[in-house]
Amino acid sequence: MNDAAELRDRTRELLASHPPAHTGRLDFLRARFDAGLAWVHYPEGLGGLGAPRSLQAVVDSGLEAAGAPDNDPRRIGIGLGMAAPTILRYGTEEQKRQYLRPLWTGEEVWCQLFSEPGAGSDLAALGTRAVRDGEGWRVNGQKVWTSSAHLARWAILIARTDPDVPKHQGITYFICDMTDPGVEVRPLRQITGEAEFNEVFLTDVRIPDSRRLGDVGDGWRVAQTTLMNERVSIGGMRIPREGGMIGPVAKTWRERPELRTHDLHQRLLRLWVEAEVARLTGERLRQQLVAGQPGPEGSGMKLAFARLNQEISGLEVELLGEEGLLYDDWTMRRPELVDFTGREAGYRYLRSKGNSIEGGTSEVLLNIVAERVLGLPPEPRTDKDVAWKDLAR
Amino acid sequence: MTDLLYSDEEEALRSAVRDLLADHCDAAAVLARIESDTPHDRSLWKLLTESMGLAGLLVPESLGGQGATHREAAVVLEELGRAVAPVPYLTSAVVATEALLACEGAEAEKLLTELASGRTVAALAVGLAARPEGDLGVVRQEGGALSGQVTAVADAAVADVLLVPADDGGLYAVAANAVTVTPQVSLDLTRPVATLTFDGARAHRLTNDAPTAVRRALRAGAGLLASEQLGVADWCLSETLRHLKERKQFNRVVGGFQALKHRLAQLWLEIVSLRATARNAADALAGSGEDTDVAVAVAAAYAAPVAVHAAEEALQLHGGIGMTWEHPVHLHLKRAKADSIAYGTAGAHREALARLADLRPPL
Repeated sequence: MNDAAELRDRTRELLASHPPAHTGRLDFLRARFDAGLAWVHYPEGLGGLGAPRSLQAVVDSGLEAAGAPDNDPRRIGIGLGMAAPTILRYGTEEQKRQYLRPLWTGEEVWCQLFSEPGAGSDLAALGTRAVRDGEGWRVNGQKVWTSSAHLARWAILIARTDPDVPKHQGITYFICDMTDPGVEVRPLRQITGEAEFNEVFLTDVRIPDSRRLGDVGDGWRVAQTTLMNERVSIGGMRIPREGGMIGPVAKTWRERPELRTHDLHQRLLRLWVEAEVARLTGERLRQQLVAGQPGPEGSGMKLAFARLNQEISGLEVELLGEEGLLYDDWTMRRPELVDFTGREAGYRYLRSKGNSIEGGTSEVLLNIVAERVLGLPPEPRTDKDVAWKDLAR
Repeated sequence: MTDLLYSDEEEALRSAVRDLLADHCDAAAVLARIESDTPHDRSLWKLLTESMGLAGLLVPESLGGQGATHREAAVVLEELGRAVAPVPYLTSAVVATEALLACEGAEAEKLLTELASGRTVAALAVGLAARPEGDLGVVRQEGGALSGQVTAVADAAVADVLLVPADDGGLYAVAANAVTVTPQVSLDLTRPVATLTFDGARAHRLTNDAPTAVRRALRAGAGLLASEQLGVADWCLSETLRHLKERKQFNRVVGGFQALKHRLAQLWLEIVSLRATARNAADALAGSGEDTDVAVAVAAAYAAPVAVHAAEEALQLHGGIGMTWEHPVHLHLKRAKADSIAYGTAGAHREALARLADLRPPL
C-alpha cells in the first residue's frame, strides 16, 4: 500500500459509502478512521494503512475537495502530535485500540502533564510522585502550563516512581484519567489577561497499572518520543510572504502613512527582510523533509521565529503611537485556541514573550544546537550520578 | 516553484571545485600571493576555466559556454568564497558576462566565447560599490574614443577587456592595453580594486542601452555575491568550531563555555538562514521570475551582515592568533567587509525593498 492511485480509490469509496452531506460529522470521522484514512502511515486497524506518510496529502485533498469534515486538528493538537505517536510506539495492543480512535476523532481531548513549578528546563528533575498502591498507582504532585486540561478526558503524565536512583532513571510514563476526583484543574492567568494554560493539582489520583506506557522507570525514554514529535510538528507548513507577524505591521504601514517615521522605517525594513529570510529557511527545511533529507535546521527555526515575533510585535506597538497605549481586552478567558491575528498588537506583543519560553527556552535550544548540531562539549552534568532525592532544590 | 536545495549534480560540482581549491589554493598560498606583484592567481584561474570550464557556466553552448545557470555559478562562488580565492570569477564570469549577455551583435558574441573559455578576462568598468539602481556614465565618448576615470574597479588588474558604460548611454569594449590601470591599495587584497584612466581610448560599441546591461550585470552580481558571502561565513564558522574544540584554557575545552556555545549556535542559525536566502536568489536569477528583484535584494540585504558577523566572531573567538597576519581569518574578514559594500550595501538593498515591497518611507 504505497500507491497514490489506490488511496484515491479508497477515498472515493469512503465518500461514496458516507456522503459528507448526509453523514453526521462524528460518524464520518469514525468511518474515515476505520477505513484507514485517518493517518495513512499508522498501521491497519489503527486508522492507517501502513502507507508512506507523504501520501496523506492525497487523502486530505480528496476529502477537502468533497467538503468532508475534518477532525479540527488544532483543537486536539496534543493528542495528535504528542500522545498518539507515544501510544503507538509504547502502548500495548489493548491501549492502542482503546485510545487512538476517540483521540483522532476528537471525541476525547488529551493534555500533557509534564512541566512542574520546580521542573521547567530541567524536566527530568520532576517531583510528582507515583507510588505502588495494590494493583495500581497513587499519584501526588503539581503540574503546570497544561493547555486544554479543563477540556481533556485523558492526560499523558510523567511521574517519579523511584527517588533513590538518578533523575532520568526513576520516571514512569502514565495515562491519567482527568475525571478522577483527585485531579483539580485551575486556570493559570497569564500576562495577556487570559488563561490559555492551567495548573493541575494531583491528590491521591488512582491510576491502574494498565494505564502505564512502557516499563516502570523507563518514562524518560518514552517521553523523548513525545517531545521529539512536538518539535517535528513545528514548522512543517508553507507560509506565503508576509504570512506571519510581519503581515499586520506591513498593512498598518501601508494604510496609515501618518504613523511613519524614519527610525521605524529602517527597523521595519530590517524585520521585513528577516521575516522573509525566516520564511525561506522554513521553506528550505520543508523541501529537505519532502526530499527525505531532514537536516538539523528544525531546531533553529523555533529560535528564529521566537525572536522575530517578539521584535515585530514590539515594533508594531510602537508604530501605533497613542493607540499603542491601549489594550483590546484584559478580561480573564479560557480560549480553546491561541489566535495571534485575531487580537490587537498589544496582545501579540505580550503573547509572543512566551515564544522563547514554551516548548524549550531559547537558551536551552541554543545549547541543543551547539551540542547536537555543532558537536561542542555538553554542559557539565553534576546531577548525572546523584539519586534524585539528594539533588539540590 | 523555487527549489532551495542542491541537486546531485550541484553537489558533485561543489566537491570538484573544493578538491581543486584544496590542492591549489590553501591559505598559506593565498597569504604569500596577496603581497606579491601578482595578487591574482592565474594558474588557478586556468585550472578553473580551461580544465573545468567554469567561466562559461552562464554562456550558452552555442557560444562555447556550458549553458548552465546561476544555480551552478552560485555553488562555484560558495567554494571560491570559502577559499577567498584570488580569481576574477565573480567579476568576469558573472558580472561582465551578464553585461555581454544583455548586448546583441557579433562583437558581444565573440567576447562571450572568449570569456567562456577563460582565456580572456573582462571587467565591467563600474566601481565595485555601485548598486544595481545607481547612476552611471562618467566616462565621455567622443568620436569612438573614451576619456575619463573610474575608481575602485575590482579585478581590473587582470582584465584583458573593459566593458565601459559611457555618457552617451552606450556600453563599449576597450582593450585593457589602451587604458591606464592603476592598482589601489585595497582593503581586500584577494579582490583588489584599481583606477581606470581613459585618455582617448579606442572603443567598440556593444549596445546603445548600457543602463539595462549594467543593471542586469549588477543585479546578478549582488544576487550571487550572497553565495560567496555564504561560503565566507561557512568557512569562518567551521574553522572557529575546529579551533574551539581543540583549544584548552582553564583546564577545559574552550568550546564548552556556554557563552561561546550560544554565540556559535546563533551564527549557525544565521548561516542556515543565509543558505536558504542565497539559494532563493540564485534560483530566481536562473529563472525569469518577476520576483527576482525582491529575491536579490533580500539576499543582498541579509548576506552582508551575516558574513561580516561570522568573520568578526571568528576573529574574536580565535583570540590572539586571530589578530596575526599568519592566520587566514583576516583574509575572510577583509573579504566579508569589502563584500558588504560590493554591489550595494545592505542598507541600499533595503531601500530598494521599500519600493519593491511597497513599504514607503515617511512622506
